[in-house]
Amino acid sequence: MSLKLSDIKKPTRVKVTSINGEDAVRILEMGITPGIELEVLRLAPLGFPIEIKVRGYMLSLRESEANSIEIE
Amino acid sequence: MNTTPKTIALVGNPNTGKSTLFNTLTGLRQKIGNYPGITVERKTGSFTFEGTKYSIIDLPGAYSLNFKKIDERIAYETLIGTFEYEATPDLVLIVVDASNLDRNLYLATQVMDLNLPTILVLNMEDVAKERGITVNTEQLSEELGVPVVSISAKSAKSADVVKQAIHNFDAPSPQPLFWQPSLALRKAVTHVIDRWLKPHTQVPEKAYYIEALRLISENEIKDGYYKFDQIEIGKQIIEEGREILEKSNENSTAAEVLQRYNFIGDCTQPSTIKTKNGERTLTDKIDAVVTHRIFGPIIFTLILLFMFQTIFTWAEPFMDLIDLLFITTGEWLSATLPPGMLSDLLVNGVVAGLGGVIVFLPQIVFLFFFIYVLEGTGYMARAAFVMDGFMTKVGLHGRSVAPLISGFACAIPGIMATRTIENWRDRIITIMVLPFMACSARLPVYALMIAAFIPVKRVLGIFTLQGITFFALYIFGIVTALVAAFVMKRFFPPGERTPFIMELPSYKMPTWSVVFHNVFDRGRIFVTEAGKIIIAISIILWFLASFPKVDMTEFNNQAESTNVENATANIETAASYQLKHSYAGKFGQMIEPAIRPLGFDWKIGISLLTSFAAREVMVGTLNTIYSIEAADDDDISTLKEKLKNDINPVTGKPVYTIATAISLMIFFALAMQCVSTIAIVRRETNSWKWPLAMFSYMTALAYICSLIAFQIGSRL
Repeated sequence: MSLKLSDIKKPTRVKVTSINGEDAVRILEMGITPGIELEVLRLAPLGFPIEIKVRGYMLSLRESEANSIEIE
Repeated sequence: MNTTPKTIALVGNPNTGKSTLFNTLTGLRQKIGNYPGITVERKTGSFTFEGTKYSIIDLPGAYSLNFKKIDERIAYETLIGTFEYEATPDLVLIVVDASNLDRNLYLATQVMDLNLPTILVLNMEDVAKERGITVNTEQLSEELGVPVVSISAKSAKSADVVKQAIHNFDAPSPQPLFWQPSLALRKAVTHVIDRWLKPHTQVPEKAYYIEALRLISENEIKDGYYKFDQIEIGKQIIEEGREILEKSNENSTAAEVLQRYNFIGDCTQPSTIKTKNGERTLTDKIDAVVTHRIFGPIIFTLILLFMFQTIFTWAEPFMDLIDLLFITTGEWLSATLPPGMLSDLLVNGVVAGLGGVIVFLPQIVFLFFFIYVLEGTGYMARAAFVMDGFMTKVGLHGRSVAPLISGFACAIPGIMATRTIENWRDRIITIMVLPFMACSARLPVYALMIAAFIPVKRVLGIFTLQGITFFALYIFGIVTALVAAFVMKRFFPPGERTPFIMELPSYKMPTWSVVFHNVFDRGRIFVTEAGKIIIAISIILWFLASFPKVDMTEFNNQAESTNVENATANIETAASYQLKHSYAGKFGQMIEPAIRPLGFDWKIGISLLTSFAAREVMVGTLNTIYSIEAADDDDISTLKEKLKNDINPVTGKPVYTIATAISLMIFFALAMQCVSTIAIVRRETNSWKWPLAMFSYMTALAYICSLIAFQIGSRL
């Protein structure tokens, strides 16, 4: 079973394996590419959005976007 | 000699210091306007260097040429020369942030595929230095094949460095696909260009590569921005292009992005030195508190509270001063000019209308000062992050919170502040529900109605029924706004899909020149653009309330006979008599049948029309109708008594009951009775469609709710 970024519920480091879904291209363009390591920094009050650090900068993702990022 | 100035376009990601550089380059020689028909702002300016004049355009911030938003599309279309309101730039300055080089260079490599003369401007802000990042510009320039200049956007010296680089520019344009894509990707691109873009579309030659790459990765032909024939062939060719990639085991969606990032990685690794890699930065430390699950919302609320309180207390003396200024001017004019129509028009139409506009200015200036400071430090994105979860539940956006809260002061600055919401649908819904927030102009009306009709009664020992009614009216506004947003989200077409991938930029000191420029522009836009409409409508309303001129002899006769017959009856003033017989008065009588089910009579009908200039005018109008001469608008005690004692001549019962008062308060809470709001919605949405829709649905809702309230209330 593949793990998704939206499954992560606490700060941790993960490695991206693939990106799917409607927003795939924009997610990729923001530097979240297969093979890259990213850090989940924290979760917003209701669990989403989440704040991640990738390629040295911080980004906020909603559930639907985190859901299209597969990780390991 | 070439007389037309060279056009330079500034391109870059948001939060790169692009606007700061634009300000240092142009100084005060800049112009901000709107493109016709769209809500994107156009920022242009000019400078002269060693006798040559350059005009410069600050293109909207973009993450990619593969546009997802209207601003990104304008940046793209300007560069490729298909945007009708801009000339193709002669030189492109790509501004990149050194502290976030990889992602910034992504857009840069795309722009460089357009084969335009290009300079890369590396903004080495303090943030990059703080993180120990240093970039070898010569090496980077060699890797990318374009001139690179390194600056610190805030320092005045960088303006000269950049100007010199522009002046001396003499480099070949970058070649498309210089970023070494794989053989399969090259093949696929050539296939799409040769078989689809060239023969079947009107895509400009410059954009061939970018367009082909986009078609391959997105597998979708976007409608409506260039002409093409035989879409079926297009789909077929794109499919074939993707197959070329899949056959050599490349992911057709990710191939382009991956290979660009790989190339960028190869370029930046040798040219960038990072000394403090992995260490917690100041931004990380602040974020741990500010975006904390519990502290985050608390801090946000406190900041808003402080902001709101300060706007109220700071703006008030200025607003009083402006009020005084216009009243004095009005008095001076009526004393100086010969009495008559001209004097009346100037005093009660023009000066009063102008005063009604300018009086909002202090609040707008203060609100935007705070907003731009918070935006400039990077906090606004955090506030959106913290609130987004709550706001999406009702169909709004994390960035909707600050504008909505400022709607308590006045809807106008709130609506102007929705600019920070990038998604058009979220922004329009926020605008459409914002006027439900109980603005300060409703206060006098609420105060009058509550003082006159809500009994002074203690509830639970510490509260009074009057206080609770006040509170309930505010809550009523908030709940209505949230419910309306929730409903609208379901009926609105989703429109362009904008993913909520929001950058949380590093904290920094705001650039004061950018803050002041922006605040000044907001104020100027309000006064000049919304002001025009507001003054025009104020004059129309003045006309409706002043014409036709009545014959005063009849009034005098009537007044005398009333006096003789009934000494205790209200003595009608000339102003009251005039208003009752004006078009506005006729309007009030005409609509009385329609508003009677709400418990309103024709006198309220007149006030409803005049309060369209501004809600608080209602109190003044009632003062005039009830012939309270020279009454101070703030002093409601006389009017209060008159309202209570007004007897309906037909039924012999009081005109105003508690049911009427509640119905009227609900009507004021919900109806769109503010010409300034209408004007600013027109300006911010760039069309009459939204303000008209807003007026119709809010007024309809007000009518229905007041109807229900009165019909139930009067039967209890």
